[in-house]
Amino acid sequence: MRFMLMIYPGLESEGDWTPDVEAVAAMQRYNEELTQAGVLLALDGLHPSSEGARISFADGERVVTDGPFAETKELIGGYWIIQAKSKEEALEWAKRCPIGGDAVLELRRIFEMSDFPSELQDAAKLSADPPGQAMEG
Amino acid sequence: MAADAATRRAIEAVWRIESARLIGALARIVGDLGLAEDLAQDALVDALRRWPESGVPDRPGAWLMAAAKFRAIDLLRRGKRLERKHEELARELGLALALALDGAEFDAVVNDTIEDDVLRLMCACCHPLLSTEARVALTLRLLGGLQTAAIARAFLVSPSTVAQRIVRAKRTLSAAKVPFEVPARDELTPRLASVLEVLYLIFNEGYSATAGDDWMRPQLCEEALRLGRILAELTPSESEVHGLVALMELQAARTPARIDAAGEPVLLGDQDRTRWDRLLIRRGLAALERAERLEAEPGPYALQAAIAACHARARTASATDWPQIAALYDALARRSPSPVVELNRAVAVAMAFGPAPGLVLVERLAGEPALASYHLLPSVRGELLAKLGRSDEARAEFARAASLTQNRRERALLEARAAACEQQPSWQ
Repeated sequence: MRFMLMIYPGLESEGDWTPDVEAVAAMQRYNEELTQAGVLLALDGLHPSSEGARISFADGERVVTDGPFAETKELIGGYWIIQAKSKEEALEWAKRCPIGGDAVLELRRIFEMSDFPSELQDAAKLSADPPGQAMEG
Repeated sequence: MAADAATRRAIEAVWRIESARLIGALARIVGDLGLAEDLAQDALVDALRRWPESGVPDRPGAWLMAAAKFRAIDLLRRGKRLERKHEELARELGLALALALDGAEFDAVVNDTIEDDVLRLMCACCHPLLSTEARVALTLRLLGGLQTAAIARAFLVSPSTVAQRIVRAKRTLSAAKVPFEVPARDELTPRLASVLEVLYLIFNEGYSATAGDDWMRPQLCEEALRLGRILAELTPSESEVHGLVALMELQAARTPARIDAAGEPVLLGDQDRTRWDRLLIRRGLAALERAERLEAEPGPYALQAAIAACHARARTASATDWPQIAALYDALARRSPSPVVELNRAVAVAMAFGPAPGLVLVERLAGEPALASYHLLPSVRGELLAKLGRSDEARAEFARAASLTQNRRERALLEARAAACEQQPSWQ
């Protein structure tokens, strides 16, 4: 199963973000560890919300509000997508993340075929293909 | 009780993350794979006994290593009192070495060479002395952290069969005094070839699992991919390792589209490509790029990955770059010739340049003993004959293919194709 780990840096002001060399190196080591363990599928860091925007769709009207957004402490700063065998394994990896202060990690499972209702799941079980490459699935 | 179950799952998770490194480090220290695994398993038993009360420690890997070390000391003491078997003598030499180091020194030795330990473990598990079945079982057990029962379920054999394979494999390695080491530079590539073969075998066992199969089998794909990704980090300059990873990522990307709503297999050309996993395709293409950057003349895995990449890049089946695929099969046929590769080359040539040149290649395979009972040969031949309007011959080929396949659904499809030929006179 796949999980998304989202990081909420919990900063007072997004402009405050001046990471020290040590913290960056520690995060680099963490990312390498995830890669070397074969669990990391993707990761990205996000620019401050001042470079983003929000789009609301109320009453069929698209309203764009440019950043920065007010609730700085609750803003997402980046994410990892990892492959794990269980929620516990994903948690074990999350717990090893070298963050501190007010930062929070949120772990969420990503929807996959296998998460659909059982009747669909039964229908979705893998089946044999002809072994020939050009003909196969 | 509920808390116990949660801790148990947490311990399983830690085991999955730590076991290969743990066994690898122990094997290097004690010089014996079997003993290393016993010690690691003992440490796991300790964790299962203690962590439900104490909670999972902050550094679970270090905890398990310490527990294994205590077990080793214990074993050494008991060994002295018991009557000594000759093999224990050899073990003790390794243990004595381990015991000479302690505390921080011990941790440093263990942590310094974690990567090498896992690579050594992979090479040992896939040692040429072992049978293919033994390599697969040992790899899943020692590197995948799977228990014997899980491996047995995945391969549809009894747990005792798997247990026996593992015991025998470990004995074989002990008896042959196989050194626990990363092969020297010039031997690394052939040894890696064995590791890659085992990983792809595990992958395919999961990938070709049939409907109604145990849920364990598809997990084999994930396990093979994980181990492949690990290996790619351990040996970043080996082109074929990236080639295999690319191949597995690209094939796994199609998993969500390989079955229709009724649970029947969907051929590549008919798959709903919007269901393909874009993330895995991206990873597969990146891995292929790495493989191709490292080697001007790509090996068989990189070539197969390049073929899979052609399919992955095509938004629709009709947009497939068949001339490129035919060229890649040419290269693959030169690099690792086999009748099955030739047959696939014929299909690609037919798709790229028309049924007639494809049929020429298929005819060459007619007397091939390896394909004598391979249903895809008459099936492909029938397809090309039908396209050329030679219906009578086509019908006979489809009927022959139907009689050869083991798959009920496929037989029905082929019989339908044969029947369709009868309704279409050959002059049409």
